[in-house]
Amino acid sequence: MQLNREALTRAYRQMKLIREFEERLHEEIQTGEIAGFTHLYCGQEAVAVGVCEHLSERDKIVSTHRGHGHCLAKGCDVEGMMKEIWGSQEGLCNGKGGSMHIADIDKGMLGANGIVGAGAPIAVGAALSNKIDGPDENGRLAVSIAFSGDGACNQGTTFEAMNLAVVTKAPAIFVFENNHYSEHTGDAYAVGTSNDIASRAEAFGMKVWRASGVDFFSVYDCMREVLEFVRTPGNGPAAVEFDTERFFGHFEGDPQRYRGKGELDRLRAERDCIKIFRASVTGAKLLEDADLDAIDANALAAIEKAVEESRKAPRPTAENVLENVYISY
Amino acid sequence: MAKLMYRDAIRNTIFQEMQRDERVVVLGEDVVGGMGTAGGPEAIGGIWSTSVGLYEAFGPDRVIDTPISESAIMGAAGGLALAGKRPVAEIMFADFLGVCMDQLWNQIAKFRYMFGGKSICPAVIRMPAGAGYNAAAQHSQMISQFVTNMPGLKVVMPATPADACGLLRQAIRDDDPVVFLEHKFLYAMSGEVPDDPDYCIPFGHARLARAGEDVTIVASGMMVGYAETAADDLAHDGIGCDVIDLRTTSPLDEEAILDSVEVTGRLVIVDEAPPRCNLATDIAALVAGKAFASLKAPVEMVTAPHTPVPFARELEGAYLPSPVKVAAAVRKTLAY
Repeated sequence: MQLNREALTRAYRQMKLIREFEERLHEEIQTGEIAGFTHLYCGQEAVAVGVCEHLSERDKIVSTHRGHGHCLAKGCDVEGMMKEIWGSQEGLCNGKGGSMHIADIDKGMLGANGIVGAGAPIAVGAALSNKIDGPDENGRLAVSIAFSGDGACNQGTTFEAMNLAVVTKAPAIFVFENNHYSEHTGDAYAVGTSNDIASRAEAFGMKVWRASGVDFFSVYDCMREVLEFVRTPGNGPAAVEFDTERFFGHFEGDPQRYRGKGELDRLRAERDCIKIFRASVTGAKLLEDADLDAIDANALAAIEKAVEESRKAPRPTAENVLENVYISY
Repeated sequence: MAKLMYRDAIRNTIFQEMQRDERVVVLGEDVVGGMGTAGGPEAIGGIWSTSVGLYEAFGPDRVIDTPISESAIMGAAGGLALAGKRPVAEIMFADFLGVCMDQLWNQIAKFRYMFGGKSICPAVIRMPAGAGYNAAAQHSQMISQFVTNMPGLKVVMPATPADACGLLRQAIRDDDPVVFLEHKFLYAMSGEVPDDPDYCIPFGHARLARAGEDVTIVASGMMVGYAETAADDLAHDGIGCDVIDLRTTSPLDEEAILDSVEVTGRLVIVDEAPPRCNLATDIAALVAGKAFASLKAPVEMVTAPHTPVPFARELEGAYLPSPVKVAAAVRKTLAY
């Protein structure tokens, strides 16, 4: 572990913020106040934060339909996101996108995506843009990251994107988060390469890494190496597979009949990235329980405020339907 | 003015825009050609010769020769545009939209709206479209009916070399995604093209290709030439036709159509797409709704039939609209 106290605190706060954001949504959705489909990121926080803590606003990410964690980790505003999910005119996308389409271009967050596997080609386009812009004064390239799950790894778009990135040496990183469920189907069934997604990227000629996705430090250390490689001009893309867990269903309301007996309890007890982080940093005496408890309280308060503000936030009107098409003639 | 072929007007406009604005980049299959071969780069310059010399002038970062991967091309165009570039992507045949529909329809077209107006997506998607080469069912289709239906896209159908130049430059400078439907059969068409390096034709403004007071003919792309030929023939019989070249099907110049129909009272619409839910039915509905009282006869639609595009010369000829079919439709509205 090479992180100082400030960086550790920040990483934990980001993970905790995502966790509380999602846990709260899980509660709120059951009241019927929030419309539409929502897919929660609980359990995978270490991946989004372990990746994005390395990034600057020059770096781009393209997310998935399970995108709240990536958005928060890349710096999207908590209240703006919550308001968007509430469908408010003050949401990040003025209530036009919702949970599956949150974006903040200025932050380098090029959109969550409702179509499984659609993000990878877009990320390669952004990486080609990074390549055109060239290295910074330190000789390093900005990168573009495609987050994909074990579902998206079976889409042809993902294959096309990987090949295009390889042949154009685009500074793209394919981050595969294997949470072992593509919607309601297990990776043991759906991923033909014996649960091994990284080998597919390898077959396209990419350098690949594999790491635990429930241990923040595993993700963070792995990504340091990956970024060292991809930021070097001329190296081209790379891929990483993180082994992670999904604590909720595919969508909110999913009865999860596909889960094994006691599976969720076991995952929460043994594979919870927040608990694992706490144990690591307190065990190594890097942070105290009291520090972490204070961050927990802070995250909860931030979410509480975001929900309160979202409830009060102005609603869009029928006139807003017609805005935002055809701007330049 | 310089006399140029339609394909050269397109190539030259891209070249000039790449010189003017370093954010403009080109990508597509064989847009360089010969990559990874003994013959070397620039063996092709695009199968339609619309990117000849670009690679030599602007290099591999800005002239991106892609594998055969239409979804990746379309998606990368979206990503480049979101990241601040102005991609001009070529989908070699418009028919291949079927392979990459999601990246156009669900992604590029929707970014700006879906993200609350906080992003732009200045991507130009060039899609050579249409029949005439006996290229059969998967390399000959007109796809204007699909893309015109997609909110968020602008759709351009140039009918002349000058329009190919002025509309493409407008497309590249536009902040919204533009589908640019070049008609394959027009690539060798010659015409005068303005030299002005800023020559742009604004979208949503139709061109009056012929003027007459008896019948209005609305057309786009290659159908404009058919309508002009028909109008010229009919003029010998003293029948005067307005020929309205739509130039862009989205946005649509409703005013030009309605103003003309108010004078003529008779309307023929020529559309290379199959007959259901196409531009012809769309414009017929527009006129029925907004100029009903002006109509003196039922609206005539000259379209392709509801079949895939056939191969044999006789069959493709029968499939396509033609000047003869257009003239017959005009006479039919007059005989009503």
